[in-house]
Amino acid sequence: MAIELEHYLILGALLFSIGLYMALAKRNFVGVLMGIEMMFNAVNLTFIAFSRFPRFADMTDAERLSGHVFVIFVITVAAAEAAVALALAMLVYRNRETIDVDRMDLLKW
Amino acid sequence: MSYEEVIFYFVAAVTVLGALGVVLTRNVVHSALFLILALLAVAGVFILLSAEFLAIVQILIYGGAVTILILFVMMLTRVRDMPQALDGPQRPFAALAAGAFLVLSVLAALSSDWPGETREITVVPFREMGEALFRDWAVPFEVASLVLLVALIGAIVLARGEEGE
Repeated sequence: MAIELEHYLILGALLFSIGLYMALAKRNFVGVLMGIEMMFNAVNLTFIAFSRFPRFADMTDAERLSGHVFVIFVITVAAAEAAVALALAMLVYRNRETIDVDRMDLLKW
Repeated sequence: MSYEEVIFYFVAAVTVLGALGVVLTRNVVHSALFLILALLAVAGVFILLSAEFLAIVQILIYGGAVTILILFVMMLTRVRDMPQALDGPQRPFAALAAGAFLVLSVLAALSSDWPGETREITVVPFREMGEALFRDWAVPFEVASLVLLVALIGAIVLARGEEGE
């Protein structure tokens, strides 16, 4: 059995689930961020898999490349998000001496 | 088994084991190192999907920049002093959500009738990639560079500290 689209989709789903668990369960702010990065990667993988196995045989190359271009934009936004989030982590650490997300509860009544 | 299958299963196993290592290891620095492993394995999957340019971008940005940034912040915030329980009390809900998502998406992937390989696909040429990026997607590309600029300035302003004021 050759490697089909399903294989890549299941790999992407596995990676996304692990990232989702990590982003929800970790108490460490940086751990949450690592989970989010893993979810970004899972989505990128799925985008490229769909681009590699196009739905219609008569798709032009430009249409097929949309998936790749989207991945570039996702990576760009992910890098920007990582930079800002890590700066925020340092700011929170400087003000409250912790980056435990369970203890960042100033807005909780 | 063909070469493609052997390579796919190897790279997929490294990806999933690396991701599990990120979640399960108790030491956050080891966790970041496992993250590098998993992201490099994803670059391998990109090569298998004939997206060489994106594999290079993945290695440069994730393997090089993002994980190094994460390691730096860990160093600066002394996260080793964190309590032993790395996972919060919301752990069962997180496991439930992730498990439900996994089951749903795997069922959807298996039950749909996906197209097979419809034609011979060659490596995506860099030239076509550049044309698509700068001709069809020129405006989003410029907006993306603006996003990067704003994020750069924002990160500097946030992390600069008090002494500049």
